[in-house]
Amino acid sequence: MITDTQKESPALPEDVIIRIASMHKWYGDFHVLKDINLDVKKGERIVICGPSGSGKSTMIRCINRLEEHQKGIIEVNGIELTNDLKNIEKVRAEVGMVFQHFNLFPHLTILENLTLGPIWVRKTPKKIAEEEAMHYLEIVHIPEQAQKYPGQISGGQQQRVAIARSLCMKPEIMLFDEPTSALDPEMIKEVLDVMIELAEGGMTMLVVSHEMGFAKTVAHRVVFMDFGEIVETNEPFAFFDNPQHERTQLFLSQIL
Amino acid sequence: MKSTVPAESGEVLKPPLTESGILGWIKHNLFNGYFNSILTILILLVAWQLIPPFIRWTFIDSVWNTTGEACREIKGACWSIVPANLRLVIFGFYPADQQWRPLLAMIMLVGLLLYSKNRKHWKKRLLYFWLLGLFSMGMLMGGGYFGLVPVESAKWSGLPLTLMLSFFGMVAAYPLGVVLALGRRSKLMGIRSLCVVYIEMIRGVPLISLLFMSSIMFPLFLPKELNFDKILRAQAAIILFTAAYIAEVVRGGLQAIDKGQYEAAESIGLNYFQSMRLIILPQALKIVIPPSVGILISAFKDTSLVVIIALYDLLNTSKSVLANPEWMGGSTEIYIFVALIYFVFCYLMSSYSRRLEVELEYKTD
Repeated sequence: MITDTQKESPALPEDVIIRIASMHKWYGDFHVLKDINLDVKKGERIVICGPSGSGKSTMIRCINRLEEHQKGIIEVNGIELTNDLKNIEKVRAEVGMVFQHFNLFPHLTILENLTLGPIWVRKTPKKIAEEEAMHYLEIVHIPEQAQKYPGQISGGQQQRVAIARSLCMKPEIMLFDEPTSALDPEMIKEVLDVMIELAEGGMTMLVVSHEMGFAKTVAHRVVFMDFGEIVETNEPFAFFDNPQHERTQLFLSQIL
Repeated sequence: MKSTVPAESGEVLKPPLTESGILGWIKHNLFNGYFNSILTILILLVAWQLIPPFIRWTFIDSVWNTTGEACREIKGACWSIVPANLRLVIFGFYPADQQWRPLLAMIMLVGLLLYSKNRKHWKKRLLYFWLLGLFSMGMLMGGGYFGLVPVESAKWSGLPLTLMLSFFGMVAAYPLGVVLALGRRSKLMGIRSLCVVYIEMIRGVPLISLLFMSSIMFPLFLPKELNFDKILRAQAAIILFTAAYIAEVVRGGLQAIDKGQYEAAESIGLNYFQSMRLIILPQALKIVIPPSVGILISAFKDTSLVVIIALYDLLNTSKSVLANPEWMGGSTEIYIFVALIYFVFCYLMSSYSRRLEVELEYKTD
């Protein structure tokens, strides 16, 4: 069946999974995102960096509509994000999100945190959901914590549980919103390692992060944002060694 | 590396005698400084003036099982008023030969409440127990089936009436309050304004005026055939009133939940009702246990206001005892007795809420 949105949009290359075209967003009068254009291919890994307040978190939060955009088009897996709640829920089930502050549910055990989505959204039987949850806990290397509560484990472990919680929904795309910036230095590596393994498995990933080592290891492209605009997009090594734009150079000189 | 622990660390040093034991405690807690010493002495003096006479009045000079005549001779408390009028105080005007029925209903209610205290019993079965229990309590009170003599609700009074009004008041008001709180935070303008108007209007009037409206004005607008029971109307007024207060408390709890919890729930694809039911409300309601129990306790005590629409709750049946010339002088004693009954129920509620809070505390180590 051909829907209206599919008819209107120009023929997409087969493998583009996220299409953001001429997207704008305002908070009141404040223009947070200006004319964002970004196509993400299936399996592509993109690291987004930029100074704080540059709109990078806001942009990826628009992709699963935790934030609403006011102008332009966002299409995820062929579904255009509009006010239609049905579509939003469909997109959210396909897009996993990992937050800076983990946002695990403190009143549920780790296992219950993981099975909640599959049981209530995907209607998976409880027993199967639990088996799958244990499988993903093994992927993030903490199956032994299944019966504990979030308050009982370390920040690094909580973030890995948060990743596993998203994976349990079997998403096509994973969004990471500064996944390591609330962590103690010795815990950053354990989380990045899990993310690298995930990347090796072929997951489509959009990562807001300043971890340059991570960007060099796994990213296909690095996107630099400043003042709500995409200033520069390039392959990681070219991006770091030979930044084109003045603002990029300034930013890199400050963080490296 | 050399240890810095002294060689004779095995030796136990005792604190100086003035700092420990009873003397130490007294010095530390009662006489640490001039101001506190003066306060301590003043309080002791006042207590000396008040407590011995009270004990003499309550226990030594009192009588426990006499007629009302005998009470006029003595200086102490006339506790005889309680056993002599116990039936009237507790059961009010329920037919004397049928009073086992409200008694049994109350025992069932208390028994079910005690059984429900244990969180291990919070299963689907409990719901059936309650449905069955409430059904049989209604049967017992009203009668008309199984050979039970029908007793019209106008005769329901005393403690059963108080328990009924407050129990159903709380049980119905709580969910209604939660719905109102969610409504007040809704993005939909219509729903939000409706809830705001309701909450602010109800909180702006005293319960007494609601009771008056429900008992006097409300029937004026209805056709004669459609006359709801008086108790039912009072019950509705209590529920509507309590719900508005619960709503504001629950709203506070909802606001205390981190925005990240809402976002995490949304991002795994839960819809509004699922995320409220599974993520937000369990956390929010836990936070507001202390203030909501405060409201439930005051709702329990506020049921005594039904006096003014001539319902005979526990307080009013006690008052009616005093209308009897034989016991006219016993108001202090009977009110102390009623106060004790109220206290027991309120204390049970607050101690249970404290236990529940501890049990629901998130594990952090």
